[in-house]
Parts: sequence; C-alpha cells; structure tokens
Amino acid sequence: MASQKSKQFDPVANLHEIEEKFEMFQILNEEGEIVNADADPKLSDAELVELMSRMVFTRILDQRSISLNRQGRLGFYAPTAGQEASQIASHYALEKEDYILPGYRDVPQIVWHGLPLYKAFLFSRGHFIGNQIPEDVNVLPPQIIIGAQYIQTAGVALGMQKRGKKSVAVTYTGDGGSSQGDFYEGINFAGAFRSPAIFIVQNNQFAISTPRELQTAAKTIAQKGIAAGIPSILVDGMDPLAVFVATRDARQRAVNGEGPSLIETMCYRYGPHTMAGDDPTRYRTSDTDSQWEKKDPIVRFRKYLEAKGLWSEEKEAEVIEKAKEEIKAAVKEADAAPKQKVTELIRNMNDGDLPYNLQEQYEIFKEKESK
Amino acid sequence: MAQLTMIQAITDALRCELKDDENVLVFGEDVGVNGGVFRATEGLQKEFGEDRVFDTPLAESGIGGLTIGLALQGFRPVPEIQFFGFIYEVMDSVSGQLARMRYRTGGALGAPVTIRSPFGGGVHTPEMHSDSLEGLMASQPGLKVVVPSTPYDAKGLLISSIRDNDPVVFLEHLKLYRSFREEVPEESYTIPLGKADVKREGTDLSIFAYGAMVHESLKAAELLEKEEYSVEVVDLRTIQPLDIETIIASVEKTGRAVVVQEAQKQAGIAANVVAEITERAILSLEAPVLRVAAPDTIYPFPQAEAVWLPNAKDIVETAKKVLTF
Ligand SMILES: Cc1ncc(C[n+]2csc(CCOP(=O)(O)OP(=O)(O)O)c2C)c(N)n1
Ligand SMILES: [Mg+2]
Repeated sequence: MASQKSKQFDPVANLHEIEEKFEMFQILNEEGEIVNADADPKLSDAELVELMSRMVFTRILDQRSISLNRQGRLGFYAPTAGQEASQIASHYALEKEDYILPGYRDVPQIVWHGLPLYKAFLFSRGHFIGNQIPEDVNVLPPQIIIGAQYIQTAGVALGMQKRGKKSVAVTYTGDGGSSQGDFYEGINFAGAFRSPAIFIVQNNQFAISTPRELQTAAKTIAQKGIAAGIPSILVDGMDPLAVFVATRDARQRAVNGEGPSLIETMCYRYGPHTMAGDDPTRYRTSDTDSQWEKKDPIVRFRKYLEAKGLWSEEKEAEVIEKAKEEIKAAVKEADAAPKQKVTELIRNMNDGDLPYNLQEQYEIFKEKESK
Repeated sequence: MAQLTMIQAITDALRCELKDDENVLVFGEDVGVNGGVFRATEGLQKEFGEDRVFDTPLAESGIGGLTIGLALQGFRPVPEIQFFGFIYEVMDSVSGQLARMRYRTGGALGAPVTIRSPFGGGVHTPEMHSDSLEGLMASQPGLKVVVPSTPYDAKGLLISSIRDNDPVVFLEHLKLYRSFREEVPEESYTIPLGKADVKREGTDLSIFAYGAMVHESLKAAELLEKEEYSVEVVDLRTIQPLDIETIIASVEKTGRAVVVQEAQKQAGIAANVVAEITERAILSLEAPVLRVAAPDTIYPFPQAEAVWLPNAKDIVETAKKVLTF
C-alpha cells in the first residue's frame, strides 16, 4: 500500500504557485527610468527616436480620427490612445515579411506595416478599396468578429512553416477576445504544430463595458498559454521597451523553430470603446482613468528620451506637424476615391462568370446606377 | 399607457417577465451595468440584481451552451446575442442542440429559451452587424422565429416568446429600435406567436413583409393608392411557423401577391412564402407571385447600403408588374 504519508498533489497550491510566477515584465517605469537593465534592448539612438516618433504619430492619428468621426467624415472607429506601447512597440519588433492579422482596433499596426493611410480611412468609411490590401503588404483587413483571426493565425503560421519561410504570423485581440473558443483553439493549434506565431492580447481592462474580472477566473490571461504548452508572458503594456523585448524574443523563438508565444500586455484605452455611442462613464470611474493616464507610454518614453538628450519639445512639434500633414493628405486621397457601386460589389462576389441570379441583378443595378 | 419606442417596449417586456416569473434570467455581453449596447436591458440589473440579469464572458458559443444548461436546471433563459451576425459563433448550440432538445428526448425535455438579437441594415454598422440571417433560423426545424415591426407588437410578442416552452429566436430590427413611438400598455399582454397582422386592407394586391420592410411596404401601398390601386399589407410577425391561414385568405381575396424581404433573394423566407402560396392557392392567382429582396451579394459596405437595400420604390415597381400582368 502506498504510504499514507506520501505528499499529496495539491491542486490549489499548484494553481497559486503558477499564477504567482506571472509577474508583470517591465523595463521602463512610469518615471521613464530603466528598472530592469539586464533586459534593456539597447536600441540605438536612432531606433529609440523612431519608436517615439511612431507612437506620437499614432496618438495624433487617434485624435484626428476621433474629430473626423465627429464631423461625419469617418465611419466606424475604435480609439487607440493609451495602447501605443502595446501596438506600436510590438509592431516595431516585426519585419516586413511577417504577417499581421489585426482586430478592429489594430489599424495603427497595419498602417505601420505598409497599409496606405488613405486605405485605413476608407476601411473606416466602409469602402471596399480600404480592404484591397497592396500585394507587398502582409496584413489582413481588421477583423470584426472577435477571435476569428486567432485560428487563422495558426493557419498562416503553419503555411509559413511549410514554405520554409523565416517569418512569423502575428495577431492581436483584446482581453474580451481571450474568452472566445477561437483564442484557445488558435494557441493550441499553433502550439501543436509548433508554428511560428505570436498571439498578442492587449488587455485594456474592458471588453466594451465588461471588466476583465468578469471574463475569467484566471489571475492573468498570459497563464492561459501554459495549458496550450506555449511560452507566455505578462508585460507592462504601457512600457514600450518591455513590449518590444517580449515581442522580439517571441519572434526570435518562432523563426528558430521553437513555436508560438502568447503575450499579454496590460494597458488601457482612454477613449470610448468605439465612436458609435459608447459611454465609458457608465462602467468605469474617472479615478481609474487618471490612474492609468499616469502610466502613459508616451509620457514615460518622452522622459526617458529627454534624459538621454534624444527628444525635445521642438522635435515632438515637428513629428506632430508631419503627422497632421500626412493625415490631411490621406483624407484628401480617401475623399477622391470613386463612389462605391453595388455593381462592383456584385462583380466582386466571385472569380469568373457570374451565375444567372447575380448576372440579372447586375443588369438591374447597372440601370439604377446609371441614372 | 405610454408612448414607447421599440427598444423601450422590449425593456418593458423583459421587466414584466422578470417580475412575473422568477425563473426568467437575462444575460449576455454588456447587458448588466451597461444595459446592453442598445440599452435594451437598461436598468434591469439594478432592479432585479446580478443574479437575474448578468454579463457573461465574451463568447457566443459559451452563451449558447450556458443557455441550454440553465434551461436544464428549470430556468427560462433570455440570452442576448449582441448582434445577430454573431449567430454563426453559436450555431451548434442553437441549431445543433437547442432546436433538437425536445425531439431527441422524445418530449421528456424542453428548452423554454428566447434568444434576442438585433439585426438588419441601414444604420452604417461595420461588417457582420447588419445581416438578415433569419432564413438560417427559419429553415431549422425546431425553432420559432419572431420579427416584430412595431413597439406594441414587440412587447406582446416578446412576452409570448418568453412564455413559450420551446426555443424562440426573437429578432429586433436595428432601424426600428428608435424610429418611432406608439402607445404601449404598461401591463403585461401577449400577442400569439404564428399570427400575422393585416396592417392595411386592400383588394387588388397582397404584400407580405416582416421587420423594417413592413414600413417600406406601407409606404409603397400609399404610393400605389395614389394610382388607384387598393393594396393589402400583411406583417408576418412570426416567420416560422407562417400564418398560412391569413396569407392564403389574403391571396384568395386579392388574387395577386408580392413578398418583400430585406434579406438577399437567395436567403430570407420570401421563397418559402411564394412556395406556400403557389402550392395552396394557385387557382386564385391572376399573376405570378414576385419577390422584392436584396441582391445576392454579401451584405454591402456601409457606403453602398442605401442603394442595395430594398425600398418602397422597388416595391412599387414590382407591385406594378404583378398588378398589370
Ligand atoms: C463574435 C463577436 N462578438 C461580439 C462582438 C461585439 N463586440 C465588439 S468589440 C467587443 C468587446 C471586445 O473587447 P476586447 O476583446 O477586450 O477588445 P477591446 O475592444 O477592448 O480592444 C464586443 C463584445 C463582436 N464584434 N464579435
Ligand atoms: Mg479590452
């Protein structure tokens, strides 16, 4: 008989032990000081300035997009302010050959990956030209169905692996998205095939109005990677350096044939869920808002760069000016897009000849649209 | 009596049923503190507590499975699917499981479930938020499908749906949520499922429609009246099962029919209505029964939806073909 004294496996203690291990990875604190020198990616001065410039550009893009939306000059828009480190610093660790499968809030990453800005505006306005991705840009149009991009990422990654490519498939969703079956299936499939994928969960604390605590009993979303057998990390999503390093390392493992990773970035969206009538005051307090604003990624990176003598008010003004000009030009280009026709939509339904029903409907709409 | 919008009438119906039956549970994404993204559940969590009205994690398949489990525990679940385009996420729970519950248990277990969900176009949503997918539901044996077109009907039909002992899919057209108000009694009342409503009587032509298209059909009937045509408009209200009696009586009276739906021609339920009419009333017909529907593309990008969606003008055009056949 087995000894009564043999130590019993304690599932509760085991859970706590695993959860405790998911400490938040940080390199740059709120004051813009390096608190984890060993992990410092030691980016060159030019690289640091470029990363900052991109984050500032993205903040301006968000502000302009919100005001364009309010003027009725943009359509569907999901604000990004507060998530610049999570979005831009993770993207900064990628290469052009990497493939991005974004969610609806992840427009900045695909713009920085090469999607012309006017197309991002056309996507927002609901014009198919916005979704016509140029051949040399490795991105999908933003996914509207929460989680769908997660399993597709496992597929893109497996495809890259079969083609022997040294690239990765990268996808983004939110804290809410991590509750979808697609999330578990995606990380599990990629893990099972050891495919080169990076799954990034931007935990901005809310899924529309639903707080993170209601999504899962798990202490972190990162720990869910354990069940899929893949490396996972909880990162300060307001710290550009930490997000950069976590993504860079995940990419390195992936191209080395070591399989996928899961990254949870702790962040916050300052704005409403989307511009379509969401009212954050119904579900969160201004107290919480201001606590998170103190962690702002741009503020802390500015402090860090200023201390190094790499950034100044003038430099920032220059970047802002340039951003405004580029945005203005892109809006103009979007305005110039031809009006979208139903006949074109019918034409885009399939490759080759139209079946009888669509052919008939094509003729009807051709006549309607010629008037 | 109060003047209510359709969304208010829906909230009112939920309140009545939460009050009336302690087994009624209302849940879904953002239905609690937020009161739903359209405010259909506004104030209900506050009034009835988190035990009865609650947020779920973000997973429609989860909501579907949870619903079935709660029904097995004797509850009367009223889950919300935030937009009906997300029904694909939960198709197995709805069509594969829920619809079959009574049948596969030989009547031993029922599923008194009402799935509420907004659908329908014309309000510039992103993809998958506007699709008319009611045909998918209506073609699944074991489900009832209800589509109200007015605040008064919405309340009475929702209460009936919740009280029904079998699964009902209750579809709320986005464009009708706040488009107009009408008198809605404060007390509880029911409108029987499976009963159409003759919105307007006429003798030359019958128009059958549901959801937002009822209002386009009424506009079309007025335009046709100016040209001396007497047009009957029938709001189907329940699209599965159809109110065959009312449909056939109307066709027998007018001898001509047009069926209108917002869904694509290959989707929806118009084809089913046409088939029922030709099978049952062919000898009463003076002309072929025609359909007005959207073209067979994926739901269009917002910029093109105004042209894509069927409207009163399209209905008049088709009606004239039938009237002058
Ligand atoms: C399958 C599906 N269900 C529901 C929605 C509606 N919806 C859009 S965004 C959202 C919340 C998403 O939260 P999260 O994943 O945390 O991302 P965030 O918006 O915070 O970036 C919901 C419920 C959807 N688009 N798709
Ligand atoms: Mg979120």
